[in-house]
Amino acid sequence: MKTPILSSWFGRGAVAAPPDIESATLRSDRFRLEREGDWRRLEDIVARMERGGLKRIPDEELLALPALYRTAASSLAVARETSLDAATIAYLESLVQRAWFQVYGPPRGFAAWLRDFIGGGWSRAVRGMWLDICVALFVMVAGSVVGWLLVARDEAWYYRLVPGTMADARVPGASREDLLATLATEESAAGLSTFAAYLFSNNSAVCILAFALGFAFGIPSLLLLVHNMALLGAMVWLFSGQGLTVELAAWLSVHGTTELFGILLSGAAGLHIGRSMAFPGTRPVLTAASEAGRRGAVVMVGVVIMMVIAALLEAFPRQLVDGTGPRFLIGGTMLAFWLAYFFLYRPRAARNEALE
Amino acid sequence: MTAATLPGRNADKRERVMITPEGLTLPVTVASRGSRAGALIIDVMIIVFGLLAFHALLFWIAGGLLEGTELDPSAAPRGAREFLQILLIIFVFVSWYGYFLVQELSPRGATFGKRMVGIRIAPRHGGRLAPEAVIARNLLRDIELFYPLGFIIVLLLGSAIGEDVGPLAWIATGWFALFLLLPFFNRDRLRAGDIIAGTWVVESPRTKLASALSTQGAAARGASDLTGVRYEFGEAELSIYGEKELQTLERMLRESPPEALAKVHATICLKIGWDPGAGDERAFLEAFYAQLRAKLESELRFGKRKADKFS
Repeated sequence: MKTPILSSWFGRGAVAAPPDIESATLRSDRFRLEREGDWRRLEDIVARMERGGLKRIPDEELLALPALYRTAASSLAVARETSLDAATIAYLESLVQRAWFQVYGPPRGFAAWLRDFIGGGWSRAVRGMWLDICVALFVMVAGSVVGWLLVARDEAWYYRLVPGTMADARVPGASREDLLATLATEESAAGLSTFAAYLFSNNSAVCILAFALGFAFGIPSLLLLVHNMALLGAMVWLFSGQGLTVELAAWLSVHGTTELFGILLSGAAGLHIGRSMAFPGTRPVLTAASEAGRRGAVVMVGVVIMMVIAALLEAFPRQLVDGTGPRFLIGGTMLAFWLAYFFLYRPRAARNEALE
Repeated sequence: MTAATLPGRNADKRERVMITPEGLTLPVTVASRGSRAGALIIDVMIIVFGLLAFHALLFWIAGGLLEGTELDPSAAPRGAREFLQILLIIFVFVSWYGYFLVQELSPRGATFGKRMVGIRIAPRHGGRLAPEAVIARNLLRDIELFYPLGFIIVLLLGSAIGEDVGPLAWIATGWFALFLLLPFFNRDRLRAGDIIAGTWVVESPRTKLASALSTQGAAARGASDLTGVRYEFGEAELSIYGEKELQTLERMLRESPPEALAKVHATICLKIGWDPGAGDERAFLEAFYAQLRAKLESELRFGKRKADKFS
């Protein structure tokens, strides 16, 4: 049924010269032969646009594109009413659809989109889900409190919350010196960049999971947040038992302010989707879901960027910078930067953005 | 006959109408689940084989690093080894998430696999395909596909070696399988990623412009090249068939072999009460087609449509 697809891959095939218009006996075929040249020209431009590279298409052809598209569209409308040539109508339908995708297609390239994203689109999307961020923040705080309380009541919980690979020296009953040693710096930077790359890829995957799980009305996203934060709560309990709370907080804050913020945002983005599907308001569910999904996607691109930064911070400054003060300084600066970028930086939306 | 109607009925079920800003209705066909699965399999194969090749390349390079160090790994240049490791991690991440993203953001709106089976993604309510929509639909692929499949494989392996898998594992698998099966539960075959992105997957048509039938053969000259006979049909003979039969005849004239045309020729002759000859079927059919179309089209201009032979 659709054999021409493969053949279109190999060579473009010579375009046969259209037959003489006078040779057609039917009026509808004469109509077609008169306009055929325009259609083929449109098809050629569209095919080149599809192959990518708007830059390779000369300006005069780009200017002609809307007019050629409207010609083809009106030819189709006329042909439907006057012609019984099924092949021509099928061709026009496919041509108009292909041209439609290009004429009304993505208005900007990816680079332009990225520029807009950094210059306001990201922080706008984050502000758009402020309620979900509040909920997710509350859940995260509650999760770490729960983790603390569980472990404080029964130490066996510690082994359930903290995975075995992390509990090397950090186990209940460890001495103050052992715990301090886990917060110490590395002597050289060797091996740390691999660590950073691994952290980035792992943490981003977890964030994407938290976002994607939001599809199930946001509940699994929240559970994931609780689970991760309970681990943190258990850690804090362990270190505070030896009076090391401040040291741990400093150690965590270097990358944690960025990483936890990113996790917070991805959980909130997941929740945003789930909430808009559960309570779509006056909009149809599918519309609400797709609006929330697009906003969430913008935030998630940002989260991946945050994870890159967090991984770099975690691998280098955290392992190389010693002392509570400098560590707090780095972490605090990052937190202040993110808060300012998301909530204080409010450039005016570009005009086409505002119209959409 | 039944075999011929079945695909037609399926095609109708996937047929949707899109309205362009000019107010023109365009038919779009939602891609079948089979072709989407096929496209996905091709894409995943490409990613997997690409990654394997990249691994092999890195190992080959890493092997080269050991040269001149008496094959002692600890003596190999450390920075270079670390660089290769980082390259690997970043490459895996980027190809896993970037492969679909970059290709679907391109003007074709399709990955390599989708292009091969002739489908593309499109915004569901017209308008433009925003980058955020493409990102959103691709972020969900993991939980829709790879987690469910992973869970199912682990379960199968676990029960194969006699391990006791608790009911919780079955529940988790069922829950994940829901995502996998989501396209079976809605009319437009949306997967979860399509729902939150506001997109759908449609067939991307690639119809070539066929030649005009009335400029060639007996349709143009009115007489057979072979015998020189002029076929002239009267009003009564041309008013038997309608548009549906005309378009069937058009398709056959373009595609069918002479034997099939001979059969059609015999059927038409029987219907209009002519004595079927032999040897000049194509010219007869071309002339009949041209005259029937001329008649139906002139009636069309006066607003009279004859859909098929029954109307």
